[in-house]
Amino acid sequence: MKREPFFWISVSCGIVIMAFILLPLIQMMSAPSAGMLKETIQDKDVVRSIWLSIYTAGLAALISFVFGTPLAYLLARHDFRGKRLVEGIIDLPIAIPHPVVGIAILSVAGKNHWFGQILAELGVRIMGSVTGIVTVLTFVGIPFYLNATKAGFEAISPRLEKVSRSLGASMFSTFARITFPLAWRSMLIGIIMCSARAISEFGAVVIVAYHPMIAPVLIYERFEAYGLKYSQPVAVWLVSISLILFLLLRILTLHKVEEQ
Amino acid sequence: MIAIRGLDIDLRDFHLRDVDLEIAENEFFILMGPTGAGKTVLLEAIVGLVPIKSGKIYIGGKDITGLPPEKRGISIVYQDYALFPHLTVRDNITYGLHFHKIGKRKAQERLAQLIEVLNLSHLQHRLPANLSGGEKQRVSVARALMVEPKVLLLDEPLSALDPRFREEVRGALKRLHRTSNITFLMVTHDFAEALSLAGRAAVMNNGRIEQIGEIEDIFKRPNSAFVADFVGMKNLFSAEFRGTKALVSGLEIELGVTPVNSHGYIAIRPEDIVISRRRFSSSMRNSFPAVVTAIIDQGFYYEVRVQSGEVAFASLITKSSLIDLKLRETADVVISFKAASIHFF
Repeated sequence: MKREPFFWISVSCGIVIMAFILLPLIQMMSAPSAGMLKETIQDKDVVRSIWLSIYTAGLAALISFVFGTPLAYLLARHDFRGKRLVEGIIDLPIAIPHPVVGIAILSVAGKNHWFGQILAELGVRIMGSVTGIVTVLTFVGIPFYLNATKAGFEAISPRLEKVSRSLGASMFSTFARITFPLAWRSMLIGIIMCSARAISEFGAVVIVAYHPMIAPVLIYERFEAYGLKYSQPVAVWLVSISLILFLLLRILTLHKVEEQ
Repeated sequence: MIAIRGLDIDLRDFHLRDVDLEIAENEFFILMGPTGAGKTVLLEAIVGLVPIKSGKIYIGGKDITGLPPEKRGISIVYQDYALFPHLTVRDNITYGLHFHKIGKRKAQERLAQLIEVLNLSHLQHRLPANLSGGEKQRVSVARALMVEPKVLLLDEPLSALDPRFREEVRGALKRLHRTSNITFLMVTHDFAEALSLAGRAAVMNNGRIEQIGEIEDIFKRPNSAFVADFVGMKNLFSAEFRGTKALVSGLEIELGVTPVNSHGYIAIRPEDIVISRRRFSSSMRNSFPAVVTAIIDQGFYYEVRVQSGEVAFASLITKSSLIDLKLRETADVVISFKAASIHFF
């Protein structure tokens, strides 16, 4: 069959975009030599920063899971005045420039703000601390968890829950036996998206906490101080480790899907 | 068994107004009405899934208005089955046992009985995704009855099914109703279903109940223009079945096949009844002399009412045939219809 020109234009654009995304990544991933990669991973600073990146992002995802799940459920199941507004507010962190996020968080956490004073009283420090990093990462990551999980809940017919109630199950039992088993895959995707977003955050973190150094900050520092060649291996390790983690999570979920 | 008094419900874009309804124990009651009339809302209010503004709901004399759904002992079956997709057929059926104190022995017996009556034994370990519509609905009915509810609510349980599965599920419902003490309340807009299953029915419109009564009464004596138009089945007669024939007040009507029951109803759509001036030979097995009693202009069509013996028929014809036949009141005509266009139940 003879294809229309439109088809070939679409295909060409697709190829350009694929190349645009893949070429820099492949170049970066293949640039450092094996020896250099080995040397880098033996560098304690590198290991520490990657580990910090992963567990702060993980904590941000955990916090999103605990506090975000009930809100996602509420939004999926109930119509109320101002729901659109709430949904808009949830998407705000995606739209705000990253350094602005850092500045905004610092402006509430500082000594000049009543909230910052309460935090200081409680001995919680945001500026230059792991707590600060987790706060920022949760801020930028939670919309992704909320949206994925909300979509997951919306995909479950409310009738299943209604039938469950009519058969004698309380709302909590219904959630545990029906809603959660059907939604956990979406929740996991939400967790992956939330932590992927968190791991990639640089602009907001660098304002709130340059030290302790997360991997993107370390990569930036090495780039500034030593140049491209020395930042690349750290980047390769960060990307590889995150990708492997996400891939593992995905495989785990897909595996379960097939079982069912 | 179910008594509803002065029920008012306000939802965002829907209102249920002043619903009063009384359904006796072990009755099979039908709720009819057009889409958006509030039938599902009424069912869900009885289960406790919809907040009500005012009014009371009693089950077996007990006021359950304030109880949460799980404490009411009312099961519901939906048109779309609402089976739990992650549980096997067996786990779906026994789901309610987690929350009910039913002895293990008794539960086993009950499960075995439901599985047998609903013919589910070969499906027990399958997931709902691998079942046909009829199978799904049988599972959903079994799940609803497993917890021994006082009332079973059915929201158009047969509408989504293929005709061949519809018959089998309908038969199962009839059997289950006959052999249990459970009160059935079913929403349907299929009149054949209503007639074959239930004794009494209510017709709803715009969040109100328009008419309550024996189903035959609703068909024959609609109390409002809305009900008359809604039931719209003009040629409905109770009949005795003898072999392949139906006897309707002295008329012997050929059905072509033998019904299972000895008595029931037959219905013929007005457009399936052909009017002619004299008997003509055709493939139509039923032909009766009649007298025109009324001619009503309905826009594109004319409704011609005729009387044949004691039986009154209504027929729809076009304006040109009306002119061709030179029809007028008191004219002698012959009405004919095919055996295949007769619905019986």
